[in-house]
Amino acid sequence: MKALNVVSCAYRATSEEQDDTIVWLAGTLRNGGADVELLLRGNSVNYCVAAQRSVPVEIGASVQRNPPDPAGDLTRFIAKGGRVYVIAEDLAARGIIAPDLIPDVQLLGRGALPALYERYDRVWSW
Amino acid sequence: MKRKSLTFALMDAPFESARTVTAIRLIELSLRRGHDVNVFAYEGAAALTFSRQSQHPNATHGRTLEEEDHPLTHRWVAALLELAAANDVKLDWVNCGLCVDERGVGETIPGVRRGGPPDFFKLALDSFNTLVIPTR
Repeated sequence: MKALNVVSCAYRATSEEQDDTIVWLAGTLRNGGADVELLLRGNSVNYCVAAQRSVPVEIGASVQRNPPDPAGDLTRFIAKGGRVYVIAEDLAARGIIAPDLIPDVQLLGRGALPALYERYDRVWSW
Repeated sequence: MKRKSLTFALMDAPFESARTVTAIRLIELSLRRGHDVNVFAYEGAAALTFSRQSQHPNATHGRTLEEEDHPLTHRWVAALLELAAANDVKLDWVNCGLCVDERGVGETIPGVRRGGPPDFFKLALDSFNTLVIPTR
């Protein structure tokens, strides 16, 4: 079974979880042998911006050791053979241009979504 | 600056929303600036202080339990209580008791208490202002 995970809600609990929960889920399933891929739309397209940096959360004397690294997590997902699709119009709406992105993400227009969805047995919109 | 009491009402469960971190950072800043703070933890937020939250390794991150050092909200609240004590201000953290019972999260860290909606109303009445951060 081939599944596409559609992520639109960005930075939902990334400081608490130290990752995006659905990017993590896709990576975990893929590591277990499942054929799963990612589509980023809406605010989540920002996960592909290479230069982003998260500051560790500090609450009183408690200092986080591993702040989230969504761009790094996506890079590792791609390095393991996963595909990451990104909606070009959502990038443009936010002023994000191609040189800002991590390598090897697949840009596509909204008009290409029906054809993309047809290639999967399951499409899960988170 | 004159010392003021502020009340926060939180509603989101741990590990679900960026609003939780935002709320805790606002509470921390209020304590650092010398204000007394009341928190009414309602619905899912009643689990923020559940003491049996546990860390875990994360194979997808390639990190051991120690390396991952996963954040736990009960530790953040404990850090807030320590900060309040160090700054000689009050942090009154009240968990909605019915919400606690629904979720079975009655084992809490020390320093928080069980209460209910009347506590929230009284805390708000006695405060300079109240910030409600609801689930969306």
